[in-house]
Amino acid sequence: MYQWDFGILWSYRWLFLNGLGVTVGFTVVIVVLGLVFGLFGAFGTLSRFKAVRLVALTFIEAFRCTPILVQLIWFYYALPILAGVEMTPITASALALSLYGGSFYSEIIRGGIVSIDRGQSEAGAALGMTPGQSMRRIVLPQAIKRMIPALMNQSIIQFKNTSLVSVLAVPDLVYQSQVAAHDSYRPLETYTAVAVAYAAILIPLTIIVRRGEKRLAGSE
Amino acid sequence: MSETSKITSKITSKIEIRGLRKSFGSNEVLKNISLDVAKGGVVALIGPSGSGKSTLLRCINLLVVPDGGSVRVGDTRFAFGEGAKLSDVRTLAKFRATTGMVFQHFNLFPHMTTLQNVIEGPVTVRRMAKTDAEKLARAQLAKVGLAEKADQYPATLSGGQKQRVAIARALAMEPDVMLFDEATSALDPELVGEVLAVIQRLASEGMTMVIVTHEIAFAREVADRLIFMRDGVVVEEGAARQVIDNPQQAATRAFLSHFHRTGALPPANAAP
Repeated sequence: MYQWDFGILWSYRWLFLNGLGVTVGFTVVIVVLGLVFGLFGAFGTLSRFKAVRLVALTFIEAFRCTPILVQLIWFYYALPILAGVEMTPITASALALSLYGGSFYSEIIRGGIVSIDRGQSEAGAALGMTPGQSMRRIVLPQAIKRMIPALMNQSIIQFKNTSLVSVLAVPDLVYQSQVAAHDSYRPLETYTAVAVAYAAILIPLTIIVRRGEKRLAGSE
Repeated sequence: MSETSKITSKITSKIEIRGLRKSFGSNEVLKNISLDVAKGGVVALIGPSGSGKSTLLRCINLLVVPDGGSVRVGDTRFAFGEGAKLSDVRTLAKFRATTGMVFQHFNLFPHMTTLQNVIEGPVTVRRMAKTDAEKLARAQLAKVGLAEKADQYPATLSGGQKQRVAIARALAMEPDVMLFDEATSALDPELVGEVLAVIQRLASEGMTMVIVTHEIAFAREVADRLIFMRDGVVVEEGAARQVIDNPQQAATRAFLSHFHRTGALPPANAAP
């Protein structure tokens, strides 16, 4: 029978905290950047111009349909060779994760916008609104409500996806725990603690999301 | 191309449509339609579904962009077809602000209260100060008998109340003409009367209106002219009572035979 000894982890507390800080900070960056990419992607696919739609669609499918782990490695190793762009592991992984998340966000945003009844933008147009005014005043306020649960869900996935940046030696929680595991010869305790740390952050978040969903559903 | 050579309209006409054509794919929905509405006139458009009457109505405020012909409302005229330039979105928006439209399915903004729905046009489009817009909106809501519903959301209103709010929303833009697209078709029968009563009062106040409707008795009562359309053409046109009581075309007779022509209006039981 394996003898658990979580006490050993105490001496690595600063390493873990450092890693956790990187993980959380990284998530904030890739969620914000991802939403920006997603917004461009969504409005690109809804554009009046075919060329714009095509570019947006290509971008979305390229990132949505390839594994994020491959994208991370590709951004770090292939871009310098192909385009001569040298990037630090942090920049490369932030870019890859943001674009990956952005491709999913854009589908959520696009879906939210097209789910609003055509009659709504028609009513705006009939009042004399420009397409931009009716998008901002009529369609988006309703669409955002519908998007929020899916956007939150995708952001939770993004939080967990940051664990992959350890392959590029970005010192996140998983990377630091690898260091701790090798040093202490206690991988079971270390990775269990890491799993608990992720869950401890995400479970309260999912509860907030679920509550928000209920409140939004009630206000329709 | 526009065709303005045959001027049959009086100078006073508010709406003038000439040679209007529209196709959706290979389906030709409007075939060379011409139409005049006098200032203060009320025209009812009737006809079987698929006859093109709703498309024609939507061409008047350019919610549907015609393939050919011309549309004039007041002093603003648009020509369509070969050689005609497509107007930019701002010109179109400005034009639409002068025409009010009421939809079959109300299309109220569900994320705004009744009052906010009515304020939205004046504030966003006419750049009116919020306090002035609110005064105007409350007056319009009172006019349709819904002053006390100002702070409620559309979801809490009955169909008839929703449609009256939609009318108030359109009127708040102080439009030159009002377009009604089957405004009572989605309502329960007992709620039709209150909406028709509001439209009837607008007519008596001299509002220029084009009304697409299936309420033949109402059309006979309120409209001064009636147009019967079928398959994208105007089959018969004339004084409303005359066309309904004594249709000249076989197609008009066949269509009207589906309705009881008692001439009685539905009761306006819940009207303000």
